[in-house]
Amino acid sequence: MADARNRSGMTERRTRYARDPLGLKRALSDRLLPGLVAAMALLAALALAGSRGAAALKERWQQGAAAAVTVQLPPEQAGRMDDALALLRAMPGVASAEAVDSARMRELLRPWLGEVPALPLPSVLELRLENLNIDPAPIGRQLAEAVPGAELEAHGIWVARLAALARSVQGVALAVLALVVGVAVAVVAVATRAGLASRRQAIEILHDLGATQGDIAGRFARRIGLLAAGGALAGAALAVPTLGAMASLAAPLSGGVVQPWSALPWLDLLMLPPVAGAIGWATAQFSVRRWLKRLP
Amino acid sequence: MVRFTAVGLRYPSPDGQEGPEALADLTFTLPEGSFTWLLGASGAGKSSLLRLMHLALLPTRGELEVLGVRVDAARRSALPGLRRRIGVVFQDFRLLPYLSAFDNVALPLRLAGRSEASLRPDVTEMLRWVGLQGKELSLPQQLSGGEQQRIAIARAVVTRPALLVADEPTGNLDSHQARRLLALLTQMNRLGTTVVVATHSEDLVAQFPAQALLLEDGKVIHHG
Repeated sequence: MADARNRSGMTERRTRYARDPLGLKRALSDRLLPGLVAAMALLAALALAGSRGAAALKERWQQGAAAAVTVQLPPEQAGRMDDALALLRAMPGVASAEAVDSARMRELLRPWLGEVPALPLPSVLELRLENLNIDPAPIGRQLAEAVPGAELEAHGIWVARLAALARSVQGVALAVLALVVGVAVAVVAVATRAGLASRRQAIEILHDLGATQGDIAGRFARRIGLLAAGGALAGAALAVPTLGAMASLAAPLSGGVVQPWSALPWLDLLMLPPVAGAIGWATAQFSVRRWLKRLP
Repeated sequence: MVRFTAVGLRYPSPDGQEGPEALADLTFTLPEGSFTWLLGASGAGKSSLLRLMHLALLPTRGELEVLGVRVDAARRSALPGLRRRIGVVFQDFRLLPYLSAFDNVALPLRLAGRSEASLRPDVTEMLRWVGLQGKELSLPQQLSGGEQQRIAIARAVVTRPALLVADEPTGNLDSHQARRLLALLTQMNRLGTTVVVATHSEDLVAQFPAQALLLEDGKVIHHG
């Protein structure tokens, strides 16, 4: 019984050592590198979420505001509201035309004008164009001919500015992501060099016994790829509550609606460990093969 | 067969420039299946010559042929396979300190892709032969210098190499173990392995007469 246990223990130990003749489990700490990669994965997740969020905002603003046009009739033309609506609804390119009722107008103006029921207010119509490419200027001209004094105001310039802002935010987020990837490559390269330095003699022995460059580089790459993937998994896990909290903070930007958990960028989060593992694997392969060139 | 033709070797100097030639104009041939003593004073170049033979170094000039392969002209990718056909006993043992005696001896077989089941009998037999049965799980630092040297020897011969080079293999062995080792080396030589042994021991050379290569200041001054 004891012999069987000993044999089993010996076999297990041999198998373990056979898998790691360079002693990389000791040379490459399973704490420092995964910890650093976890922090970078968290930053990458925030940058990715920021980029996705900015893209979604840009889309939303363009979809919602760009096609919206406001039409204003002077108070003396208030009685021709129905004519104006009929004219606009008949025009090509107009998806819808609705009057803004006076109660809503007063509500919108109250913060600036206070309670001023006697003040004459213009009649306002809201138009939605069928798409962003329709030029609202001819619509305004036709309306002004039919209803003198009618003015049309498109929101294109504001939408363009908001879209530019969203694009800037997206660009910054992608730049941060690129920076994180660059730092990750540098960290993995430094960790690989530290491992090479501490296992220099073992590498030379394996090399002299006939190990190929691919064999040695592959052992480093597998270990570092695994550590990087593990670190990224931890970072992605940390990112979930962080992104949840940030979604609550960003609720006013999305019309006061708190995004549900299902709206988190789950695919991006799931991709972080394999991508980090691949970056670690490739960086280690490159670093070790370059180092091995000094051996014959 | 090992053939040196006008081989020279320079180590780089600390400032990155080429240093003086450690070995110069080496021209000799060791026939397949031969046994050769490599003799010379300390610093004569014996270890450098052995390192050229087991491809830990490449010549800086001349032609070097090992086991039918022109090493100086071969592609890098061809060298690992050639190294696996060469057994090496290093002067400083060069055991991996975190591997057991068994795993150190099994290392060349594992690098060659042998399965765990098939390598176990060979490794166990080799450890038994060098008198280390029962110490399979011992780490090198738990063993004496002589025992470590025997592990290094077992690791060098476990693959039944076509060429075996040994640098002072009896340095840490008592006379009994040294004779046993030489008996193993001559036995392998009879089975066709080309054997080259560097030594300072005149007694050993006297007990096992064979052709000798005498080095002095990086040059061969006697071969025969």
